[in-house]
Amino acid sequence: MTVRVGVVVFPGSNCDRDTLHGLTVAGAEPVELWHEQASLDGVDAVVLPGGFAYGDYLRAGVIARFSPVMRSVAAFAADGGLVLGICNGFQVLAEAGLVPGALLRNRSLRFLGRDVTIAAERLDTPFTHAIGERRPLRMPIAHGEGCYFADDATLDALERNGQVLFRYVRPDGAPSDGDERSNPNGSLRAIAGVLNADGNVCGLMPHPERASEAILGSDDGIGILRSLVDSAARARAGAQVAVGAR
Amino acid sequence: MTVAEARPVEPLHRRLGLTDDELEAIRDRLGGREPNDVELAMFSVMWSEHCSYKSSKPLLRTLPTGGAGVVAGPGENAGVISIGDGLAVAFKIESHNHPSAVEPYQGAATGVGGILRDIFTMGARPIAVLDALRFGDPESQRTRHLVDGVVRGVGGYGNCVGVPTIGGELVFDDSYQGNPLVNVMAIGLLDERLLTLAAAPGPGNLAVLFGSTTGRDGIGGASVLASATFSDDDPSKRPSVQVGDPFAEKLLIEASLELIGRGLVDGLQDLGAGGITCATSETADRAGTGILIDLDAVPRREPDLEPFEVLISESQERMLAIVRPERWDDVREVCERWGLPAAIIGRVTQDGDIAVVDGGREIARMPASALTSDAIVHQRLSAPPAHRRAAPAPGAPTVVSDRLPERGMDPGAVLLALVGSANLSSRRPVFEQYDSTVGADTVVGPGHGAAVLRVKGTTKALVASTDGNQAVGGFDPWLGAALSVAEATRNVSITGATPLGVTNCLNYGDPTRPEAFWQLTEGVRGLGDACRALGLPVTGGNVSLYNESPAGAIAPTPEIGVVGLLEDVATLVGPAFTTDGDAIVLVGESGPGLAGSEYARLAGTAVEDGPPSIDLAREASLQAFVREAVARGLVAAAQDVSGGGLAVALAECAIWSGLGARVRLPVANSPAVEMFGESPSRVVVTTRPRHAPALELLARQHGLPVETIGTVGGSRVVIRLTGAGATGAAEERGSDVADELDVAIDDIGHAWEQGLARSLGWEAS
Amino acid sequence: MSSHRFAVNVTPKPGILDPQGRAVEGSLGHLGIEGVSAVRVGRRVELTVDAPDAAAARDVVERLASELLSNPLIEAYAVEELEGVPA
Repeated sequence: MTVRVGVVVFPGSNCDRDTLHGLTVAGAEPVELWHEQASLDGVDAVVLPGGFAYGDYLRAGVIARFSPVMRSVAAFAADGGLVLGICNGFQVLAEAGLVPGALLRNRSLRFLGRDVTIAAERLDTPFTHAIGERRPLRMPIAHGEGCYFADDATLDALERNGQVLFRYVRPDGAPSDGDERSNPNGSLRAIAGVLNADGNVCGLMPHPERASEAILGSDDGIGILRSLVDSAARARAGAQVAVGAR
Repeated sequence: MTVAEARPVEPLHRRLGLTDDELEAIRDRLGGREPNDVELAMFSVMWSEHCSYKSSKPLLRTLPTGGAGVVAGPGENAGVISIGDGLAVAFKIESHNHPSAVEPYQGAATGVGGILRDIFTMGARPIAVLDALRFGDPESQRTRHLVDGVVRGVGGYGNCVGVPTIGGELVFDDSYQGNPLVNVMAIGLLDERLLTLAAAPGPGNLAVLFGSTTGRDGIGGASVLASATFSDDDPSKRPSVQVGDPFAEKLLIEASLELIGRGLVDGLQDLGAGGITCATSETADRAGTGILIDLDAVPRREPDLEPFEVLISESQERMLAIVRPERWDDVREVCERWGLPAAIIGRVTQDGDIAVVDGGREIARMPASALTSDAIVHQRLSAPPAHRRAAPAPGAPTVVSDRLPERGMDPGAVLLALVGSANLSSRRPVFEQYDSTVGADTVVGPGHGAAVLRVKGTTKALVASTDGNQAVGGFDPWLGAALSVAEATRNVSITGATPLGVTNCLNYGDPTRPEAFWQLTEGVRGLGDACRALGLPVTGGNVSLYNESPAGAIAPTPEIGVVGLLEDVATLVGPAFTTDGDAIVLVGESGPGLAGSEYARLAGTAVEDGPPSIDLAREASLQAFVREAVARGLVAAAQDVSGGGLAVALAECAIWSGLGARVRLPVANSPAVEMFGESPSRVVVTTRPRHAPALELLARQHGLPVETIGTVGGSRVVIRLTGAGATGAAEERGSDVADELDVAIDDIGHAWEQGLARSLGWEAS
Repeated sequence: MSSHRFAVNVTPKPGILDPQGRAVEGSLGHLGIEGVSAVRVGRRVELTVDAPDAAAARDVVERLASELLSNPLIEAYAVEELEGVPA
C-alpha cells in the first residue's frame, strides 16, 4: 500500500501543488489537508509547503500556526510523527515552536529567488537517509525572510545535539564561510535547515520539490522527499524511525 | 457680484475629461436627453482612452486575428490558443504606466494583479508573468526611485500570488525619463472545455460580485463629483492610488477556478479599469442583454461612499460572476470557504440597458452598448513629421561619444563597454528579486532569452518572450514595430518552438497630436505586416496613449509578447555554446545602418545614417529554417543577433557557457556594422563539425545566406575581420573600429555581471 | 541643546485597503476571540532628537515622518512625545 503524505494548505500557500507533485515523484500518495480541518486523515507524514500563508501578514507563519490543522500537526509531532516544513512551512513550524529558532528578513532586505547549494550534515535521519552520500545539493530558494536566527546558547546546543541538518555551502561543497553568494540570506552559522530535539520534525528554507526532476535543472531535492516517504512507510510498518536509525 | 463670482465654472462634462462633441454623442445615445451626473461619471470612465480605445480602434481592426488554433481573440479578456492534449494557453500583455509613475510599488503590483485576473477569469490557471520595464537615465535619482519601487512591486505581488516571473525586459532610454513604462504579460494554462467567456447571458440570472470590498481606489479625476460634505482640501478622502492585496488575489484565483471547474458560473469578468460599470456593461453588451445593478448590495470597505464612487471605484481583486439563481448557494459556499465576501448585486435583464438603483430609486440608465461597443470612436489626424530620415546609408558613425574608452580604440574595449552598458548587462540583480521557479515547471528562467515552461503530463513545453524596439521606432515607427515582432518571435523560434500568436502593448504619445498619431498608425501597420508575413494572429493586447510629459513624448514603443509551443521538450535548444570544437555558423547577412543600435547609443550616430532595414519574407524563412534545423537534430546551440550585434551575441554565448569562440568575418559594410550592427534576421548556430555541411545546405534551401565563421573553444572571444574592409586601411576610411576583437571571457563576464548594479548605483552582489 | 524622545506611529490612511489588518482580523476566530473589528496594521518608529528645544525637535520629527517614515499617498502618521531619554 502506498504511503500517504499529507500536505497542509493554508490560504495563501502557493507551493502546495508543487509539493503534491514532488511527493508523487517520490513515490507517495499525497493528500491535501485544508487548514480548517482538525483531522489529518490518518496520513503517515505531514508536509507544510512553501508560499505566503495569510500573505505573510504581521509575521510570516504567525497566523497560520493558530489554524485548526496545526493543533493536530503539533499533536502528531508530539507523538513522534514525521513533519517536514519547507520555506513558509519552516516559518510556521518556528512560530509554532515545533522547531527551534526564528526566520528573519534576508540580510539584503530583498526577496531572493535563485539557486543555492546545501549539504546535509548527517545522513542518519528520516529526512536525509535516501540522499545516499554527503554531497552538494543544488536547489532554489525563494524567500524574503529566510535568515535563520537563534541566540548563541541555542545555536551551540543545536550543534552539540546534531540538530543542524542542512547548511548552505559553496557549489563545490566547501563551507560557505562568510561567502555572501553561498549564504545569501545571511543565516547564522549558514544554517539552511534544522531538526527538533526528537529528530522527527524538520524545517528547511530551500525547495526540494522544485529540484525533484532533471528537466527542472536539478533533481538533487528528490533525496529529501524520498527519505521522508521511506521513513513514513517504515513508521507505518512499526519500525523505529528516530534520528540515528537507518 | 464680483468678477470671481461672475466667471462661469467649467461644465461638469469637461471637468470629467469629456469633450463637447463627446457630450453630444452621449445625448444621442440617450435618445436626445441630458445625462445626469452619475451617468456622466459612468460615461467619462467608459469613454476614456484606456477603456474605450476610441483613438486606436479603427487601427486595431486592421490587424490579423484569425488562425486555426485561436479559441479566443481580441475583445476577450485574453487571447487563447489550443496546444493539443485538450489544453489551451491564455496570454495577454497590459500596461500600468501612469499609476507606476505616481506610486511605483503599487502601480507595478496592481499591474501584475490586473493582468493575472484577465487570465484566470477565462478559466486558465496563471503559470507565468513576464515584466517589460522601461525607464529614463539610470543615473538619475528619479529613475532609481522608480526602478526600486517597480521591481519590488512586481516581485511583491507575483511572488506572493505564487506565479513565477520568468522573463521580461529592462530598458533605459532618455525618452522615458518623464514617463516610465510598466508592461506586464501573463500566461495561463487551461483545459479547453473549461474556457469561460465574459458574457452575461440568460435574463433572470444573478450578477454576483465577489472578492475584496469596494472602496475609493482609483477615483481620481471623477472626484470633481464629490458632494459638498467632503472637502476637496482633504486629500485623504480621495485616494486615487489603487492598493493591491496579492493574498486576496491568490484566494480569488482558487475560488474562481473552483467555480469554473464545477460549472457554477455562466460568465465571469474581472473588475479593472472602470470597476463595476465596466464589468457589467461589457458582459451585458457581449450577450446582448442588460444588467440591473443594486448599489446598496455592493459590499463596501467604508461607509458614506457616494453612488458614483461605488460605480467607478477601481478597488482591486474583485470579480463579477453571472450565476443561475439555483446555483447561488453553491457559489456563496465556495466564496465563504476561500474567505471572500460575495453578494448578489444585480440581475441580468432583457432590455439591453445598464440600470442603476440606489436606495430603491433608479439613478442611472443607458444602453450597455453606449458604454462599450458603441462608445465614441475618433478619427484622429495623422501627419508624418516634417523631416524624415533618408533611406539607410552605409557608413560608420562620425560623432564619438565620450562614453567609449577612446576614439579609435580596439573593438574589444567597445565590446566591454557594450556588455557592461545599462541595456545589455546582466539583469540578474533584478530577476533574482522574483520567484522564477514556483510552480515547479520552469525549465529555462530569466536571463537567457526566451523562457521555457514544461507542461506537466505531456511532453510539451511553452516558450515565451517579450521584446520592443523603441530605438528604431524613433526614426521609423513602422520599422520599429516590425523589428519588435521579428525579434520576439525569433527568440522563440531559435529554441525550436513554433510561435503560436502575438500579444501587443502599444505605448505611444498623445493621439490628438497628429505626429504622435502618425507614429501609432505606422506602428500598427508594422505590427500587422510582420504578423501577416510570419503567419501569426494577434490575439489581443493593450494600448497606452498620452505617454508624454513636459520633457517630451516617449519613443514609440510597441512591446510584443509571444508564446510558442515545443512539442517535445527534449528537443529544446539553448543559446549557450555546448561543446569545444563545435562549428559556429552565421545564418543571414548584415545590412548597413547603425542608427538605433546600442553601439550608436555609446558611439553616436552620423547625421546621414539610418536604421537597418528588414525583409519580412527573409525573417520568416530564417525562423522556419531554425525550427527545422533543430527538429532534425542539427543544432547544438542557437542565439539570435540583436542588441549589440554579432560581437555581443557571441560574447553572451561565451559567458553563459565558459567556452570561447574564434571567428573570422568578411567585412561587407564596415567593421562596426559587422561586429555591432543590429540588422535583423540573423542567427548564430553551433553544431558538431560533421553536421555543418547539412546545416549550410538546409539554410540555402530556405534561400538564406550562410557561412561557417569559426569554432567554439578557448578562453577568449576572438573575431578577425577579413576582406576588403579589413586591410588595416579601415581607420583610413574613417572607421573608429580596428579589425580584430580579442577579449578574455572572464573580462567580458565581469563587465556583464557588474554593469547594471553600476549603472543604478546598487551594491555589487 | 537637549535630547528629546519621540515615537512616530504610521498607519494606513482611512479608506486605503489594509491587507494586513484584514488578514489579522480574519484569523481571530481561530484563537476563539470575538468582538474585535476594524484592525489596521502599521508600524512604530522610536527616535531620539538633539535640538535647541522641544519645538525644534518636534519639527525635525515631523519632517522625517512626512518625508521618510510614511508614504503620504497611502499612509498617515502621528507624532508622540515620549518621556525620558534612554541612557
